[in-house]
Amino acid sequence: MIKVTWRNLLARKVRLLLSAFAIVLGVAFVAGSMIFTDAMGGAFDDIIEGSTADVEIAFEGANDFDAQQDNRTIPADVVPKLEALPEVESVHPQNVLQSVFVIGEDGKVVGGNGPPGLAFQYTGATSLTGKPILTLVDGDLPDAPYEIALDKDTIEKGGFDLGDKVRLATPGTPPTITTTLTGAVEFGSGGLNGATLTIFDETFMHDQFFDGKDVYTSISLNAADGVSQRELADAAQKVLPPHVVAETGDDYVEDNKASLDEILGFLQTFLLVFAGVSLVVGIFLIINTFSILVAQRSRELALLRALGASRRQINRSVVMEALAVGFVGSTVGLGVGYLLALGLRWLFGLFGLDLSQADFPVTWSTIAWSYGVGLVVTAIASILPALRASRIPPMAALRDDVALPEATLRRRVIVGIVMVVVGGTLMAVGLSVADGRNSLIAIGGGILLILIGVALMSAVLGAPVLHVFGAVYRRLFGTVGSLAAQNALRNPRRTAATASALMIGLALMAMMSIFGSSASASTDAAIGKTLTSQFIISNVVGQPFSPDVAAQARKVDGVASVTQLRQAFPEVDGGNAFVAAVDPRSMGLAFALPVQQGSLADLGPGTVAITESTSESKGYDVGDTLTMTFQGGDVPLKVVAIFPAAPAVPGDYLVSLDTLTKGGLAPLDSMVFVTKQPGASTDAVRAELERITKDLPTVTVKDPEGYAAEQKEQVNTFLYMIYGLLGLSVIIAILGVVNTLSLSVIERTREVGLLRAVGLGRRQLRTMIRLESVVVAVFGALLGMVMGVVFGSTMVLALKDQGLTELSIPWALMVTFLVAAAVTGVLAAVIPARRAARLDVLKAIATE
Amino acid sequence: MTTNGTGAPAARVANLTKTYGTGDALVTALDDVTLDLANGEFTAVMGPSGSGKSTLMHCCAALDTADSGQVYVGEHELSGMKDKQLTQLRRDEIGFIFQSFNLVPTLTAEENITLPLAIAGRKPEQEWYRRVIDAVDLEDRLTHKPNQLSGGQQQRVAVARALVSQPRIVFADEPTGNLDSHSGAEVLTLLRRSVDDYGQTIVMVTHDPVAAAYADRVVFLADGRIVDDLREPDRESVIQKLTEVSARVDPAPPTEV
Repeated sequence: MIKVTWRNLLARKVRLLLSAFAIVLGVAFVAGSMIFTDAMGGAFDDIIEGSTADVEIAFEGANDFDAQQDNRTIPADVVPKLEALPEVESVHPQNVLQSVFVIGEDGKVVGGNGPPGLAFQYTGATSLTGKPILTLVDGDLPDAPYEIALDKDTIEKGGFDLGDKVRLATPGTPPTITTTLTGAVEFGSGGLNGATLTIFDETFMHDQFFDGKDVYTSISLNAADGVSQRELADAAQKVLPPHVVAETGDDYVEDNKASLDEILGFLQTFLLVFAGVSLVVGIFLIINTFSILVAQRSRELALLRALGASRRQINRSVVMEALAVGFVGSTVGLGVGYLLALGLRWLFGLFGLDLSQADFPVTWSTIAWSYGVGLVVTAIASILPALRASRIPPMAALRDDVALPEATLRRRVIVGIVMVVVGGTLMAVGLSVADGRNSLIAIGGGILLILIGVALMSAVLGAPVLHVFGAVYRRLFGTVGSLAAQNALRNPRRTAATASALMIGLALMAMMSIFGSSASASTDAAIGKTLTSQFIISNVVGQPFSPDVAAQARKVDGVASVTQLRQAFPEVDGGNAFVAAVDPRSMGLAFALPVQQGSLADLGPGTVAITESTSESKGYDVGDTLTMTFQGGDVPLKVVAIFPAAPAVPGDYLVSLDTLTKGGLAPLDSMVFVTKQPGASTDAVRAELERITKDLPTVTVKDPEGYAAEQKEQVNTFLYMIYGLLGLSVIIAILGVVNTLSLSVIERTREVGLLRAVGLGRRQLRTMIRLESVVVAVFGALLGMVMGVVFGSTMVLALKDQGLTELSIPWALMVTFLVAAAVTGVLAAVIPARRAARLDVLKAIATE
Repeated sequence: MTTNGTGAPAARVANLTKTYGTGDALVTALDDVTLDLANGEFTAVMGPSGSGKSTLMHCCAALDTADSGQVYVGEHELSGMKDKQLTQLRRDEIGFIFQSFNLVPTLTAEENITLPLAIAGRKPEQEWYRRVIDAVDLEDRLTHKPNQLSGGQQQRVAVARALVSQPRIVFADEPTGNLDSHSGAEVLTLLRRSVDDYGQTIVMVTHDPVAAAYADRVVFLADGRIVDDLREPDRESVIQKLTEVSARVDPAPPTEV
């Protein structure tokens, strides 16, 4: 039987290659995501290890990988106490400053508006890797005010030479300073993954950013010979002030790797979701291909049965064939996945994440997962066709017309309905119980179940649609059209399965487009309704900036009020929270927040206002007390108001500025709202504000419309990325159309011959196949659109209290999707149509 | 019975030669065949397997091309025609009846009958259409799909399809090969009547002397040549000729025709 399997594989390689392609794409996605996140993890691990000394001292939480700029500092008098310890070899006090950006000649941030900009002074500490954390590679270290050294990658990207004047955007006052570049440094591990590193002189650092105080944000220790990290940490801890902790280098690395893994985990999950979608679509394609192959071979299989092959042998032969396809597909997929990872490196490079120096490892786990996924998916996909093949009675070998035993459509419909009901319930549960990741899984699982359920029913659902097509075709294209429609109707299961594969990708695309368009419409509506200030100064990617911008804006003639908004990401109730902090006194002039319960007038120290959805999901009411865990410690807050979410206020919790100070955060603004005096000239105020921010590439002045546009553009960029990722599943589905059509043409060789004999022209034949393909593609797209509109609308309506107040369905885009589907239908038919047209009429008629 | 050979022939082949393969495997399917197929005549082509009868028919019917020689269908010379012209010729001038798989399974009997006309974008001429339907006796089966029809009925639909476009010539390739004798007789009677009543020209390839006896003329082929030409055949004379032909090809006595 193995020989038979092998021969079959060779005999049908083109067909099988097409279905293997589905596996290739799916596995490539899996492998690519894993390789890329491994590479990214490795690159950041190197940075973490390369920047960690034997013991790291900082305030609790202040030194974490994801910590914001801290406002707590360690007094310098700790340093001599540490130096006196016998366990210590050397003490390296440090001031680490976030949000320091190098401005290029073109006035833009070097390295792009995305990766972090760090600054500290030179440190002589040795990292865990044994290399110095910083090495001077060229020029001199800065030793005077307004002198800097930069990491060599930034110097290269900015095109600077030693001695050049370099402008910096900083969180200090004034926000922009002009400095002289004196040297180039290299970071311990080699690369910074696109981040920029500025080195200041220590005195200048203190004067410019720490009010002239002799303080540090962190201290690195190197141990004396023979002293372990733990011994050193324990010894150091004894001389430290309260809340300042000494952590061993190993613990520190482990903690930060854990936070990093969490972020990478999200990225990986995000990518793997799309891999999953592609694989589900791939399953459809493989089931279909194998079903057709089994149908076409039913006589041969029956002959094998008649010759004494058992059901199991037939079954196994089909599954083995599938597994061979899966194996080849996985192998190629692994290779393509590596290329995909390199592609992702390029893509992320566009956003400033520079992984050019990172290793791209293919780990055993990647290999195992790739083959595992590829083989399991093909095995699952081949079970149904294999079972069907094994049910072919031996007698079929002798009969002329072989009808495969097939399960009735009724059973499919029943299973389909059950899946839709279960899926719908899951979605409903997921939407009603807002529980972060779990509800996402419930919603995603629900959608998937519904899609598969509909796919099962599509053979029945499709009949009326296909009949409508038949009528339209007959009118438009005459006999050729009606033949095409009849062909699509001939095997409703096959048509439905092919169309369903396309449905999945398009349903998700349509859903996302409704999401995006509703988010845009909601942003417009909310900003129009809630924003009362005329100008917003902010950074596109949310990098915080110097409060000096707000201070200068206050001095502008004609400005009535300036409201600063700061952001923080503490933990509330064990989950991550999104917090906005404002000055409650000026807030009323910047935006008019409708309040559902309580009063915003009560917002002040020790209180918090929360959004309606937060109140619902967490169960907080006005009068309750909740605790926010900042990097600097716990802050208890009493709920005084509940308001509907508004895009103008980016956060689920609204607190006063002092809460962030208590939480240990440095005063850096994320947004500044400027309201002009009623009589003042808008243009004049705007011109002044623009003058203030002119030198700061990180922030821009916008009116509410401009702000809305910026928000929408971000949504759109995200959408395009998702369309791109879903596009892969659509490509697989189109390959499915090609495959099914080619197989159908082969199956109908005699019929094609007959049609040609009685006078059907080659062109007419091609048109017929093209039209058939268009039916399948448009049917799939139509189903997808309907599902997408249902999913999208349901979710937008369900997320109303999350700020998605407007439901907007982009009909024009939907029509574009449909037209695009029709066009891809035409394209998918190119090869099958050409093959059919080339058939030799005589041979075709003579084909058995 | 119509008179033979009036006016220009419906189809004509001159010095037609066709070979397959090369070297030792060289097979001469047609060896300098010249044949006139008269208007309004029912011709049967017979011969042992491999005698070239099917190749001859395929070449006449614009399905295959010969190596040398000419084929005329009416006034059209086939050699040098492009696929598009051949397709049009098949559609407009030629009717086909195959041994099996004559009908498009997705179309009803009626749609199958009018298929060549529909492909050409023409409507059937109503009066003629009625007569054809009447002749094949399928009024109550017109809306049925092929798989709801018996073999004989399917073949009658194929005959109707071949006749409905009023082609210059109808080619039938073993039209009764898959039928029981009763259904076969029905189909053959139908063909005979279309020649007698409407002056249709028919060429039929067959193995069956009974079927050949329905024709006006039987042409015998052996080894790619026309070896005999029988007018007004009956079953016995056909069998006798066949035996002679076979004996000439193969010295051993044939066991079966």
